[in-house]
Amino acid sequence: MNVYLDNNATTIVDPQVFAEMEPYFVQKYGNPNSLHAFASDTHPGIKTAMEKIYAGINASTKDSVVITSCATESNNWVLKSVYFEYILTGKKNHIIISEVEHPSIIATAKWIESMGCRVTYLPINAEGIVEAQTVRDNITDKTALVSIMWANNETGAIFPVEEIGDICEEHGVLFHTDAVQAIGKLPVSVQSFNVDYLTFSAHKFHGPKGVGALFMKKGKELMPLLHGGSQMGGYRSGTLNVAGIVGMGKAIEAAVDALDFEMTEIREMRDDFEDELLKIEDTFVVTPRSKRTPNTILISFRGIEGESMLWDLNRAGIGASTGSACASEDLEANSVMEAIGAAEDLAHTAIRFSLSRYTTEEELEYTLKVVQAAVVRLRGISSSYAYAPEGHESGLDSHHH
Amino acid sequence: MGIDSLIGGTIWDEYSNKVTDLMNNPQNMGEITEEQAKEMGAKLIVADFGAESCGDAVRLYWAVDPNTDEILLSKFKSFGCGTAIASSDTMAELCKGKTVDEAVKITNIDVEMAMRDDENTPAVPPQKMHCSVMAYDVIKKAAAQYKGVDMESFEEEVIVCECARVTLSTLQEVIRLNDLTTVEQITDYTKAGAFCKSCIRPGGHEEKDVYLVDLLEEYEKEKMAASASLGNESGSAVDFAKMTIVQKIKAVDKVVDDNIRQMLIMDGGDMEILDIKENGANFDIYIRYLGACNGCASSSTGTLFAIENILKEKLDENIRVLPI
Repeated sequence: MNVYLDNNATTIVDPQVFAEMEPYFVQKYGNPNSLHAFASDTHPGIKTAMEKIYAGINASTKDSVVITSCATESNNWVLKSVYFEYILTGKKNHIIISEVEHPSIIATAKWIESMGCRVTYLPINAEGIVEAQTVRDNITDKTALVSIMWANNETGAIFPVEEIGDICEEHGVLFHTDAVQAIGKLPVSVQSFNVDYLTFSAHKFHGPKGVGALFMKKGKELMPLLHGGSQMGGYRSGTLNVAGIVGMGKAIEAAVDALDFEMTEIREMRDDFEDELLKIEDTFVVTPRSKRTPNTILISFRGIEGESMLWDLNRAGIGASTGSACASEDLEANSVMEAIGAAEDLAHTAIRFSLSRYTTEEELEYTLKVVQAAVVRLRGISSSYAYAPEGHESGLDSHHH
Repeated sequence: MGIDSLIGGTIWDEYSNKVTDLMNNPQNMGEITEEQAKEMGAKLIVADFGAESCGDAVRLYWAVDPNTDEILLSKFKSFGCGTAIASSDTMAELCKGKTVDEAVKITNIDVEMAMRDDENTPAVPPQKMHCSVMAYDVIKKAAAQYKGVDMESFEEEVIVCECARVTLSTLQEVIRLNDLTTVEQITDYTKAGAFCKSCIRPGGHEEKDVYLVDLLEEYEKEKMAASASLGNESGSAVDFAKMTIVQKIKAVDKVVDDNIRQMLIMDGGDMEILDIKENGANFDIYIRYLGACNGCASSSTGTLFAIENILKEKLDENIRVLPI
């Protein structure tokens, strides 16, 4: 049995989405900017898709929702354009992000920092959440931008973006949120709270890879990151990814339609699965369920290094994820793991299971059995549970090197 | 760069089949109890290395014959990733049947080589080499325990890059001989820093006493000190007086090259140094003008004073410049 439980990384494309995209490869392949029927054939599809995308986040038609190539581009765009417009010109000299943002925010902030701007990295609390008060405490009259994600990819922790938005409005500071993990998992309405910029990406909600978007509130439009042929109203040049836009439109419509299902059925499946996992001895989760996206579990199995667990899961056809440093290309523990887990060894033993509306009860039952067997095997190998003769002073508790 | 580095891949693709097999079915995984050791008439050694909070840890069990020092049985338990488990397993295998003294000679490279499918293909990706280092460290810990000595006593030299086993003295020598200035060059010459990268600079997977960047800085400082003593900036008056004649000529040459020659060439001239003589408290430097300088009116006035002043300032107050 093959089970995909890594939906916070990417998702299967909804077959309906794929069906809507298909005509735009070999039939309606015109460049939308050209002056002939090949071009105009694409226009109705693009228009419908854009309307669905606007509706998906409840944007006003006066706002701009600009299609990009991915969330990384959207995030880079916000931070770099704020840098060019506010920092480089000397108007402001400070931005605020959190320690647990996606690398596309953290790495870009670090670049801005290297250019001489002050960057504050807000910590998370014991539940893995950035507290709104920390934003208030760190805003100064030189702060240009606050960028805090809506929900965290590793833990599923939901951050208080509405409260943070209010604080930013009060201080006249721009507010951006990376909502990549929120769309399709939580209700998202940009008209319901103060937010200037919002990033999202189609492949996280059963749309295609290679298409993302940036919402910019009316009057807060940023200078473009990509200059060129003035597509997307001049905000984002580059020939339109017509099939991608059509796919994103269908995908966000389907995701919003399925939101109730996600927040009730998936949540229940997740909770039951988590209950069973927590029955295994020496396991724990950090963020309380009520404060998490409905599909995510980040769980630590004491004594089992994350990559080893993924190894056994993979052998059984199950795809999950770990933030363990040993499983990464550069052996660097990821920032969320370091921020929430270092003290509790979570940094090396955490496994993330992320469900989707395609996940079934049978898949979770099978996964549970595989996890149980893996725990027995790997704890059998683990030095954390190993025999020591009487009087042996364990050398494994302290930091080596 | 290039196509391979653009696409990336999963680290698992780079594990050898042996690593995969050992991860799936470790052969020497297990424990030796006090009772088992007693039955064998052996001494039980239990050595720990690493820590769960660091991401990898290993406990090594040996049953050692106290008469022959032979390791009769060797078992391990390990917290870590696939390569950590496979490396620990291989290490435990290599210990079997060896005496403690022989076992101490096993290196992480032996462990890694033993896990290769063919001798030219590494068993693990570069960043996973450090897992085998831990397997080797725990052997020394066990041997130290058996012999009742300090673990460091087995290390004859300071190793900077543990993955490639490159010593401090080798690195210092290679850097100087080849005038290396970047970490990439060091890696090209010695392989140090090519694997887990902990030894490059602080902040990597493991904390070290000496990093490659420190060695580069040390060499850079040495070079600066050397060029300063060749007649630049502070304290040079004393130094110049103490130099041998060859050093004096070189020092004067350097100042002429760095500070004077350009000025002359711009006017279509040049100069050469003929001799340096000590004349009482003075150092008389004999020069000959070349090109346009030869016969120029300023060559015995303004230009000459300028040359003399620069040499005085850079090298010694008592220098006099005499054109011939």
